[in-house]
Amino acid sequence: MLKITNLHAKVGEKAILKGLSLTVKPGEVHAIMGPNGSGKSTLSYVLAGRPGYTVTEGTAEYDGKDLLGMDPEIRAREGVFLAFQYPVEIPGVSNKYFLKAAYNAQRKHRGEPEMDAGAFLKFIKEKAKSVEMDPSFLNRSVNEGFSGGEKKRNEILQLAVLEPKLALLDETDSGLDIDALKVVAGGVNKMRDAKRAFVVVTHYQRLLDYIVPDFVHVLSGGRIVKSGGKELALELEKKGYGWIEEGVTA
Amino acid sequence: MANQDLKELADREYKYGFKSDIETDQVPRGLSEETVRLISAKKNEPAFMLEFRLKAYKHWLTMTEPTWAHIHYPKIDYQNVIYYSAPKAKKKLNSMDEVDPEIRATFDKLGIPLDEQKMLSNVAVDAVFDSVSVATTFRKTLAEAGVIFCSFSDAVKEHPELLEKYLGSVVPYTDNFFAALNAAVFSDGSFCYIPKGVKCPMELSTYFRINAKDTGQFERTLIVAEEGASVSYLEGCTAPMRDENQLHAAVVELVAMDDASIKYSTIQNWYPGDKNGKGGIYNFVTKRGKCAGARSKISWTQVEAGSAITWKYPSCILLGDESVGEFYSVALANHYQQADTGTKMIHIGKNTKSTIISKGISAGHGQNTYRGQVRIAKSAVGARNYSQCDSLLLGDKCGAHTFPYIEVGNTTATLEHEASTSKIGEDQLFYLRQRGLSAEDAVGMIVNGFCKQVFNELPLEFAVEAHKLMNISLEGSVG
Repeated sequence: MLKITNLHAKVGEKAILKGLSLTVKPGEVHAIMGPNGSGKSTLSYVLAGRPGYTVTEGTAEYDGKDLLGMDPEIRAREGVFLAFQYPVEIPGVSNKYFLKAAYNAQRKHRGEPEMDAGAFLKFIKEKAKSVEMDPSFLNRSVNEGFSGGEKKRNEILQLAVLEPKLALLDETDSGLDIDALKVVAGGVNKMRDAKRAFVVVTHYQRLLDYIVPDFVHVLSGGRIVKSGGKELALELEKKGYGWIEEGVTA
Repeated sequence: MANQDLKELADREYKYGFKSDIETDQVPRGLSEETVRLISAKKNEPAFMLEFRLKAYKHWLTMTEPTWAHIHYPKIDYQNVIYYSAPKAKKKLNSMDEVDPEIRATFDKLGIPLDEQKMLSNVAVDAVFDSVSVATTFRKTLAEAGVIFCSFSDAVKEHPELLEKYLGSVVPYTDNFFAALNAAVFSDGSFCYIPKGVKCPMELSTYFRINAKDTGQFERTLIVAEEGASVSYLEGCTAPMRDENQLHAAVVELVAMDDASIKYSTIQNWYPGDKNGKGGIYNFVTKRGKCAGARSKISWTQVEAGSAITWKYPSCILLGDESVGEFYSVALANHYQQADTGTKMIHIGKNTKSTIISKGISAGHGQNTYRGQVRIAKSAVGARNYSQCDSLLLGDKCGAHTFPYIEVGNTTATLEHEASTSKIGEDQLFYLRQRGLSAEDAVGMIVNGFCKQVFNELPLEFAVEAHKLMNISLEGSVG
């Protein structure tokens, strides 16, 4: 589904990713771990096409297509979803209006008829329930005045509504207490199936207790320096990142 | 975003820019006492009207064009304007069916069918084409409720006593340069009178269309709501695309007696000029309402999306005790448009209250200025004002300016003022695009969200139109 080969990218003039390769197959959950500044968030932004993040070398193939050649909205419509570390506030735009516009933009891209307002309202109320979100949030402005936990939950609601093929979760656990973490992880787990892949970027192992990955990769200095199963995350939790980084430089 | 909106986004020309080919009756170019007398004669006016015009004209001659606004334009040659242009009437109209088919077609194309069967059953329309009103719908239905809604010309003939009483009572001809000019040469407009205790059974609206080349449009609107009466009035405006600038100088006067309320909504979409700033309407308008009675209320809502230049400050004189004035405004300046707009809230009565919500959007090389005055007279015990002025910038070549003036003559008054300026964030744009919205739809969504507080004040049909208008008017502002 996703094949990243020798990816180099810079933010402004600063090189962050330096030869990253990763292959993700449908149904798999990959965790990307690493110390601060290793390039974890940059990877999510590059894959989602954030302006200002420039690819200087390498390729990323998504469903057999050149992912890096697409505009951000086309990537989204093709089924790439990024759950933001810091979800953005859009004052005056109701959550449900925003979700409907996004949902219908994607349906239109697939050549499907748009869903009308009545049917959509029923549809998102169900989805809101599935992530234990009070329906009143649907009428509020996008993320405006939401607590950190509510913003993250709103990201998972969007994930549930848009049903992407490839979901990138960028530090989704940051700023969450344990109850909120369980709800968010529960929302993600409900979405796991044989066709959908997840790339979960996280600093801490904690999230991976609830979203159990198939593979764990350690990112350091803009490259993946170690890969393994879920037990690698536990090892990292115990020993920290130092031993891997030392191994790399040695 | 709805399908319809997307389609309109793709179709990004000023869509009201067409011209209609209609035989007209015009006065010669230029302005003199002769012109004023000729206009009055063409309209068969009673003596008091001619006298009003001539006094205004003589006063205008002593005045100079104001220069304090934050707008720049070449000097207007007032002798090169045609002050009166009317479609040649074939005969006197007895019913809608007799409206010139070409004019009827023009309004159909604008989405304002003059056929009562076809229109929104809830809105009565006065259609003004260049210098004259060509049709007023639902007059009969309204008359049954006691409401007078007709063209200004008809009002002069049918209700001279009301006009003599109220004309110039809120905006005297001495008020300012453009108001004096208007008083001298105005040719038509709408008149509404809501008698005591009547809630107007339908929305009233006037649709202004400038068609003829080199013609100025000078209309007057007068709305009087007697004790306990209420009315909601809407106006819309469009003009063809022409390379020359055209002048529009209107006057609107509102009078609200005890417990009366007037809600006045405008969607101004005059031709804004092309993307290089060529052509467009110069829109110099004086709008003022007098809350003459106790507990009366006047509410202005405006969406100013068109015109090359907008100079307009819908205001309220809060004379009656406990009267209420409101001003909700969205002003957009894209390409080379310049808008200098705001309001004046003059508190005179006790416990009077006013609210000002202004949203300015600047894009391209557009310059947007909010200019507002809150004056609390010595007599205005317990007066309150809340003002909020927000500016949104798209791009780095546009400008937003705010000039609030506050004068407080009574220490029991309470005033609050909030202001903000923000730039559309890259992070907001990326967030929306990551969910599948195009960059243009994303900008449209952010801007419409920014304007929501004001759009909520518009009658429903107008809110939908305003929403679409924002998207269309922002053409080419992304990138």
